[in-house]
Amino acid sequence: MKKIKVIIIRTAGTNCDYELKSAFELCGATVDRVHINELISSKSKILSYDILAVPGGFSYGDDIASGKILSNEIKYKLGDNVKKFALSGKPIIGICNGFQILVKMGLLPKPENFEQISTLSYNDSNKFECRWVHLKTEKKVNDRTLCLWTRELPDVISLPVAHGEGKFVADKKILDEIEKNNQVVFRYCDKNGKDTVYPQDPNGSLNAIAGICNKKGNVFGLMPHPERYIYALQHPSREGYDGVYGWGKKIFQNAIDYLK
Amino acid sequence: MKVNTIEILNLNDKQLVELSRKSVLSLSLVEMKEVQKYFRNIKRNPTDVELETIAQTWSEHCKHKTLTGNIEYTEEKGGKKKVTKYKNLLKETIFNATMKLNKDWCISVFKDNAGVIDFDKTNGVAFKVETHNHPSALEPYGGSATGIGGVIRDILGVGLGAKPLANTDVFCFGLPDTKASEVPEGMHHPKRIAKGVVSGVRDYGNRMGIPTVNGGVFFDKGYMANPLVYCGTMGIIPKNKSEKEVKPGDLVLVVGGRTGRDGIHGATFSSVELDKESDVSAVQIGNPIVEKKVLDTMLKARDLNLYRAVTDCGAGGLSSAAGELGEKTGLVIDLQTVPLKYKGLAPWEIWISEAQERMVFAVPPKNKNKILNLFKKENVEATFIGKFTNDGKLLLKYGKEIVADMEMSFLHGGVPKPTRKAVWKQKQIKKQSPIKVSSKTLQEDIKKVLADINVCSRDWIIRQYDHEVQGQTVVKPLQGSSIENSGPQDAAVIWPYTVVKGTKKGVVLSNGINPEYGKVDTYKMTASSIEEAMRNAVCVGANPEKISLLDNFCWGNPNKPEILGSLVRAAQAAYDLSLGYSVPFISGKDSLYNEYTIDGKTYSIPPAFLVSSMSVIEDVNKTVTMDLKNAGNSIYLIGVTKNELGASVYSKIKNFKNGIVPDLDVNISKKTMKTIFNAINDGLLESCHDCSEGGVITAISEMAFAGDKGVSINADAIKTSEKMTIAETLFSESNTRFLVEVSPENVAKFEKLFKGVSVSKIGEVSDDKFLKLESKKSKISVKENIKNLQKAWQKTLQW
Repeated sequence: MKKIKVIIIRTAGTNCDYELKSAFELCGATVDRVHINELISSKSKILSYDILAVPGGFSYGDDIASGKILSNEIKYKLGDNVKKFALSGKPIIGICNGFQILVKMGLLPKPENFEQISTLSYNDSNKFECRWVHLKTEKKVNDRTLCLWTRELPDVISLPVAHGEGKFVADKKILDEIEKNNQVVFRYCDKNGKDTVYPQDPNGSLNAIAGICNKKGNVFGLMPHPERYIYALQHPSREGYDGVYGWGKKIFQNAIDYLK
Repeated sequence: MKVNTIEILNLNDKQLVELSRKSVLSLSLVEMKEVQKYFRNIKRNPTDVELETIAQTWSEHCKHKTLTGNIEYTEEKGGKKKVTKYKNLLKETIFNATMKLNKDWCISVFKDNAGVIDFDKTNGVAFKVETHNHPSALEPYGGSATGIGGVIRDILGVGLGAKPLANTDVFCFGLPDTKASEVPEGMHHPKRIAKGVVSGVRDYGNRMGIPTVNGGVFFDKGYMANPLVYCGTMGIIPKNKSEKEVKPGDLVLVVGGRTGRDGIHGATFSSVELDKESDVSAVQIGNPIVEKKVLDTMLKARDLNLYRAVTDCGAGGLSSAAGELGEKTGLVIDLQTVPLKYKGLAPWEIWISEAQERMVFAVPPKNKNKILNLFKKENVEATFIGKFTNDGKLLLKYGKEIVADMEMSFLHGGVPKPTRKAVWKQKQIKKQSPIKVSSKTLQEDIKKVLADINVCSRDWIIRQYDHEVQGQTVVKPLQGSSIENSGPQDAAVIWPYTVVKGTKKGVVLSNGINPEYGKVDTYKMTASSIEEAMRNAVCVGANPEKISLLDNFCWGNPNKPEILGSLVRAAQAAYDLSLGYSVPFISGKDSLYNEYTIDGKTYSIPPAFLVSSMSVIEDVNKTVTMDLKNAGNSIYLIGVTKNELGASVYSKIKNFKNGIVPDLDVNISKKTMKTIFNAINDGLLESCHDCSEGGVITAISEMAFAGDKGVSINADAIKTSEKMTIAETLFSESNTRFLVEVSPENVAKFEKLFKGVSVSKIGEVSDDKFLKLESKKSKISVKENIKNLQKAWQKTLQW
């Protein structure tokens, strides 16, 4: 059986890399945590991996704007290797700060253009929010999700969020296009999957968007943290599947199964 | 750069005191004379570098002169006087208990930057709690940020460096509704201090990627001018990395932040009272990302065995960090090679600056380039600034010029031991007169207590902290049956599965603090705080025989005999309880001189003894939370309720003048907690919550709305030590009491296990969302929607 190779890009201020590594390893992958400086010194190294993951944290302290500096480093110092990676259909995931980075380098929502056309802005509450939220998994494409990362999930799952800049914002035109293409993967909702308000919607995102993917469904970005819910034990009331696992694990499993 | 020689040889007493004051040396006359004697012997005046070095090294902050000094303590009980003489209070009480207990699971106690105990065969866990009070009073945001930044470096600097897994924070603030006109000149308003402090911890802790999982806040007007900011960090370290040893010839490497003019005199200014002239430049400036880079890289260097010793630059900056590492060997450093934030620092400023994010390493010459490259790869600044010698001297150069040349033995051993007087007089305490309440007032009182500033929800603070980063927080600071409901969890549990693959073990963190009791008797306060910390840990499944404790004294001016007396009382309590429970203190810290003087009037804080607890549990799957689980389950109250409303939340609300402060029977407490541990271990408890501030009715309300369940309580079933009115029964804050939930199938086993422990079934869990309280004896019947109780609990602290 083929060993799947995952690369986790990290830099000063990256935080969630160890739990993300554990999540992929639990699903049978081999994982390298690679510092951006090392990638810059060998630009094509990245293409030798099967899955690319950008973890959460405060890359470079989120100075200027969340994720901005690292997204520029990846975009302008790694040549078009990241774009190649995305268009080749290999799975890419950006979580929290990683989502901010994918959006700000323009890998989401449209990797073809590779230009920033949306952003993640300050929470409406104007403060950092750490809590578990409910998420509605969109299944509009003949009852399946477009996104390869979120297949066979329940209609509503819960994951923890922890961010100060998680409000998804885009022009109406772009927003409508994302909706039309079914690129919305997760929306904040109440426990029955219905529309909700603060605090269950922690940031006031347009259309309650918590996560999106590209048209192909291989590039996925989300504010909540699936890597913090790979075991049922991590859930506030210890819910999960198969007795021990948390629904976050399924997300990483999907990417690995997809490649097998 | 100019180095000044300071005239001291020919100064008289008055001039010596003046010199100490005007250059913020914070040295007493006796100490100044000792310095004078040393330099008279070597027949020259000191340089400013030398004088500053002595001041830092001898500061209360670094040397803890009071707790390790001579104390003559006079206790007056019922007209009888008893005098006890201490040569070293800390050694003879807290430290002594730890030595007597001599636990084989203690790896490193009271000698390094943190205490270390066993986690498993190959790993230990380290815990340290620091205070950053003076800086937080002057600059709340920077003060608390560098407080948490500093204690994280203590964990990085323990042994050869531990990996931080969790932060804790406990604050004492003035009352947020204080009138602006009542705030002393030169101080910030308590609410501004509170907001600034919380933001500081949030921004530093979150950026470091360390979850803040446990803490507490206590509001009292006594902390208006002197807020208390306790910051703690717990980390994990391989046992074979838990010791450090400097060898002569090793190189001195400074890593991380650059040195600037921030934090000059931090150590010395925090060793005296504050006033409106206190200088904000004594407060350091933090940058978490620099510290995160140091963390990422130094643990790699540790695992490659590239250095022999490490410690952090905290109070006293390089002078104390390098000084401590070189104490046994000797040291030569060229201050000109220290990387600076900007030009223009005098050598003495470079040497004592408390600029943040700096670690000092002892590196064998052969690893010189390896370690530099490792840091360079991730843009971490690392510079060799000197060498450890074998001549026992502190030799500081600036380029060619020698700017300091002193014996380490004088620097570290020369400080004269002060002798202080301490007194304590027993107060006569009466019970409050019996309290009569109607069902209606009782219903209102329950909500008033839940809404009290010292009981109400801290979610406004907790949710600004990332308490789940690293993914290992399996018992969270707020727990609830679903995402919508939450209640105050007694202790947090960290499951370090990303570090120790396949482990089932976890680390329990909890704390106990209650300065309200200390206003009456610091002995009882300390005893209750220790039990509270242990109760909290036991509630989630900790073994009361495997708990380790940290002490943090925050007191006023120890030169005042009554204040020092109350401190001695606390130390004695800590000693008695540590031995009584057979639980060791593994580390601690004291912060004295928490006073503020204005127009000759001095405000001193109410003494605060924070107890932090850390314990390792065998199986995280067995941990229990405080929220009610299922309708039909029985609710038992474990422990006896006594008429102890003294200094309680209820008597504060009702303005009672009298009342007995909760007492403690260690043997009953021990047995009770051990039995609860066994019950959780056998899987007999669905939920468990301890009774503390607000009494049993507050605890049961919290369990109900956290679980989104109703409860029916029969108040007449609550065991009391004497005839008590219903209000006394419900709001008494007696120690050693727990509320537990037991499912029908376990009731028999449970009652068998608890034979010999005071326990009574007081109610049942129901599916309706009401708290129903009945007492036929007192003709009381209360029915309240739990949502209203939760609202009352949550509304107070929403800024």
